[in-house]
Amino acid sequence: MSEASPAKAYGLHLGVIALLFVLSFLLPEYYHGLLARIMVLAVFAMGYNMLFGYVGLLSLGHAMFFAAGLYGAGLAVIQLGWSVPAAFAAGLGCGVVLSLVIGLLALRTTGVAFMIVTMMFAQVFYLVILYFASWTGGDQGMVVPQPARVLFFGATALDLTNPTMRYMSALGLFSLVLLITLAIVRSRYGRVLVAIRENEERTKMLGYDTFSNKLAAVVISGIICAASGAAYALLFGYVGSSFASVQYSILPLLWVLLGGGATTLGPLIGTLFMYYVIDITSGYTSAYLLIVGIALILLVLFFPKGILGSIRQRWLGWLP
Amino acid sequence: MMPLLTTKGLSRNFGGLRAVDSVDFTLMPSEIRAVIGPNGAGKTTFVSLVSGCIQPSSGMIVFDGADITGLPAYVRVRQGIAYTFQITSVFANLTAYDNVALPVQRTLSDGRSKGAVRAGVMAALERTGLADRAHMPAGQLSYGHQRLLEVAMGLALKPRLLILDEPTQGLADSEIDNFITLVREIAGSATVLLIEHNMPVVMQLADRITVFNAGKILAEGTPEAIRENVAVQEAYLGTAP
Repeated sequence: MSEASPAKAYGLHLGVIALLFVLSFLLPEYYHGLLARIMVLAVFAMGYNMLFGYVGLLSLGHAMFFAAGLYGAGLAVIQLGWSVPAAFAAGLGCGVVLSLVIGLLALRTTGVAFMIVTMMFAQVFYLVILYFASWTGGDQGMVVPQPARVLFFGATALDLTNPTMRYMSALGLFSLVLLITLAIVRSRYGRVLVAIRENEERTKMLGYDTFSNKLAAVVISGIICAASGAAYALLFGYVGSSFASVQYSILPLLWVLLGGGATTLGPLIGTLFMYYVIDITSGYTSAYLLIVGIALILLVLFFPKGILGSIRQRWLGWLP
Repeated sequence: MMPLLTTKGLSRNFGGLRAVDSVDFTLMPSEIRAVIGPNGAGKTTFVSLVSGCIQPSSGMIVFDGADITGLPAYVRVRQGIAYTFQITSVFANLTAYDNVALPVQRTLSDGRSKGAVRAGVMAALERTGLADRAHMPAGQLSYGHQRLLEVAMGLALKPRLLILDEPTQGLADSEIDNFITLVREIAGSATVLLIEHNMPVVMQLADRITVFNAGKILAEGTPEAIRENVAVQEAYLGTAP
């Protein structure tokens, strides 16, 4: 799998990035903004997919990694007055520390216990945000003021609240993470992660320390999710506790399941699909969640491996 | 000469059952040793203790002069103990190539180059006659080929001690002949510990044979000595002549 057709795989991914770049100039204003948001959230889904798709660890607490980046970056700007790059780095740092600690504790369990433990930790994280409301804004959240969301390169100021700037920043982050995940899953390390998913005991008997490998995967996943959260705070200017709630732990799971677990482009497709189904159906009826639910059930029944997973299985075996 | 593997008073209880009962065992380097015995004699439990799949209740395991009793399985593999499973457990959804690439990439010393992994994988697949099936998912290989893939994965670990647990089970007669040649070849560079029920294979391959019965070593010696041993005949072969 990882030896086949590097040119094809990288070509496809660069093509997707180029397409997203061109769309920036073609889309009407509303969809332009929506796609920027989708790209940032697709990064969240890619981080989730690292762990769920490739290592087979189902976490129900990834909202805490997203929120770690969101609050790490948001608080750094609002409470400490840090610049945009420093705040982004603070968000990543929070993600690293949190995922390392959670990984060390939660990886002592597997299966259902792992789901419950990660969910409980995420709940603790959520309640901590509410408890320290004087700093975090509690359930009201905080708005990152517009003057703070400007990136300075010497004399040039790049305003992240400008739609094109925001879109390009989102695209930059998305492209970087997409190419990193592609490189990881095609690497020897990626092969070990898949082996752990398929049969952990056997992988140990080939001389691999599966705990360390899984811990590294949790941290990589945590950093990517935190990057998404930090970018969300800086690009869209809102830091809210709802992003740390259970709903935001389940959403990336749904996006990945829809798009196709263990596919590099699945998270983008799943996130895109879900947003557009909601967007289109909510235009017709207030019961749009019913239609979303039916769409999900149909997909699970007829495409159990997700959109891209099914395409790979039936037609394009080389898809990474 | 220093033994490659020694166990002292090695025991393992499963509830009230003493599956392996104070076994003292010695294996010399570059030997082919067969372990035989009736079903439930504790052969697989014994090699699982050696490979680290399960922990002993008491006793000690020494490999190449060092106590490895408390080491986790993956460290023992890195020290050179490779175990091929009795129940085939290749990665069914990965290709034969990827199955072998996993052990190859870990044992490579030079680390980086992609060509080295490829060369190592293809060498192990050639040796087991699976090279033309490299890109088939392992789960779609025939049972005999899956057994050979297990051996290829074991070989790719470049072990000093290769433990083969019933490797010829389910192989056709023609495949068994190739397999005997393969094990002789492996024995040139590694010590082989072979659990086997097929007596002609054991008699052809083994330098020495250890007979297990009810968790204990009943007898040990050359194939000829074991064939003549009355206690073994009663316990294992069932009939005294």
